[in-house]
Amino acid sequence: MSGSGDRLPRLLALVPYLLARPGVYLRDVAADFGVSEQQVRRDLELLWMCGLPGHGPGDLIDLSFDGETVVVGYDAGMSRPLRLTSDEALSLVVALRTLAEVPGLAGRDAVERALAKVESAAGDAAQAAGSIAVRVEAREQTLAIVQQALGEGRALHLRYYSASRDESAERDVDPMRLLLVDGRSYLEAWCRHAEGTRLFRLDRIDEVRVLAEPAQPPPDAAPRDLTAGLYQPAPEHPEVILRLAAAGRWVADYYPCEKVRELDDGRLEITLRVADTDWVRRLVLRLGGAAEVLAPPSLVGEVRAEAAEALAAYAFGGEPAE
Amino acid sequence: MSSRRAERLVNLVICLLSTRQFLPANRIRQAVPGYEPAGAGDRADEAFKRMFERDKAELRELGVPLETGRNSVFDAEDGYRIGRRDYELPEIALAPDEAAAVGLAARLWQSAQMAEAANGALLKLRAAGVDLEPGAPGIEPRVDATDPAFQPCLDAVRARQAISFDYRKSADPTGQRREIEPWGVVSWRGRWYVVGHDRARAAVRCFRMSRIAGPVRPAGPANEVVRPDGTNLVEIVAGTVRAEPNRRTARLTVRPDTAAGLRRAGRVLGAELGRDVVEIDYSDVDWLAGWVAGFGTAVLVSEPAELRAAVVHRLTSVLREQRAPAGDDVVGPTQLGGTR
Repeated sequence: MSGSGDRLPRLLALVPYLLARPGVYLRDVAADFGVSEQQVRRDLELLWMCGLPGHGPGDLIDLSFDGETVVVGYDAGMSRPLRLTSDEALSLVVALRTLAEVPGLAGRDAVERALAKVESAAGDAAQAAGSIAVRVEAREQTLAIVQQALGEGRALHLRYYSASRDESAERDVDPMRLLLVDGRSYLEAWCRHAEGTRLFRLDRIDEVRVLAEPAQPPPDAAPRDLTAGLYQPAPEHPEVILRLAAAGRWVADYYPCEKVRELDDGRLEITLRVADTDWVRRLVLRLGGAAEVLAPPSLVGEVRAEAAEALAAYAFGGEPAE
Repeated sequence: MSSRRAERLVNLVICLLSTRQFLPANRIRQAVPGYEPAGAGDRADEAFKRMFERDKAELRELGVPLETGRNSVFDAEDGYRIGRRDYELPEIALAPDEAAAVGLAARLWQSAQMAEAANGALLKLRAAGVDLEPGAPGIEPRVDATDPAFQPCLDAVRARQAISFDYRKSADPTGQRREIEPWGVVSWRGRWYVVGHDRARAAVRCFRMSRIAGPVRPAGPANEVVRPDGTNLVEIVAGTVRAEPNRRTARLTVRPDTAAGLRRAGRVLGAELGRDVVEIDYSDVDWLAGWVAGFGTAVLVSEPAELRAAVVHRLTSVLREQRAPAGDDVVGPTQLGGTR
């Protein structure tokens, strides 16, 4: 909906809003409604012209301004906001239910109380919420410890399994915030070893303990902007091009691709940007014959060499020479 | 929306809220400023009628409960009113921690349509006197719903209307026509599914939305679909997605300091000839063969034979599908350009 389309809902909500907050500052009204102060003034001027049929002096909505604040003298019957639409009830109720599912979330009890109140206020409009469910995965114990560290402002020691590098490593981190993205929980923290902001998936933290020292991410450690998704391929990373046969098409669903192209022979050609091609080599080997590497050329060689050596080891019937 | 129209609509709402009687259109025309005829006669009447129809549609779109009816059998035409009880949001008072939870919840959605609806809800709660603070620091929830099929599927579930779409199975690039009675939509491990009764298969099925190709079309009238009582949507998806229980155990030898993920999933039993012996349970031999093949020489199968054969088969196929480099490992771009 464009800005102009939002005006009527705002106009209908403004009078009850002001009634509930006598003497509120116009700048606070603007902030709450997400519009400019000038727009609030225009809205109030319009409302001032509205009222009961007859439209005599006593029928019109009466607003009085005192400097930067505003008070409602007469509301012409507009004393309560409109009920929630079923879309509004659905989005809020499902979101609250999702939060209520996050184990160990501080204030889970508050989420449940809020949910009950919103459901009751939404009435019938909340019924559709049963048709949508969001299941969140979280590690209860890990989450509790991470939250303790965040709450107390202390550093953490982790043993973390990195799937892309396929290795477990110990590291000390300065926790910054907890993220719940697409059904999974992540810790965003300053990694002292990598000297950068990193995301740690909670289900891949194998050990965690709170350190005595305080969490001190450097002042320039910026939280990640997640609006474009968790993985932001960097243009400077090498380009990997794969052609996927039917059995490998799931790869395009699973990994963020820069380009996806249907080929005439029924295969799918995908382009990925990756910092390190180790995991792609494992992926191609895993896919059996369902993937062909087009680029980079070095990866083609690595895949062939690895497959040939492993086959030799099996043909030899024993363990390969180290 | 023009200011004149906005003003007229606000006046219309105030007028219809203030009446208990049903007001016929001609009374509304006189009572609400903005409907005054620009001129007399049929053309002005026509103009009013069109305006009023548009205004009614606009209010209904916003969720204003516009009632239609007659005050008595003597009334010649329908009139209109807005029932105050149906219009007004009931009292709601949230404690500060509850308000914080609501503020946090409203930030969950990333998709425009759901986020906008959540913001609309916040606006009304604020107007009801609730003070909403930004959510508790330290947690940032986010759920995406950007699959093109998400909204049409959700709309169909809510309209209780059957739908049809082309569905690509992962191994089959060409879509297959499916017709389902949708019961609900579920986000499971970050992916969206639509769950329902598949008409052709006469069974419960769930479909990953990212694999729905092309448009989702209605396949029946609204209010036709009945979701059986006690249906647990999440359980249906979980039951379909989750692997079968493990039945077999494989024994592998693993080069030291490699394959951390596999060690995590299995058990390290000890060392043998400079390699670690790892045992792992599995149910799907192809799935484990893929995982093991990925490691090349770092992970080799000792037993069972079926797993060993599956890994060898995979590695052989890998070699067959990669274009042999000319001479050494360096392959020129011209050689890569061809097709198989």
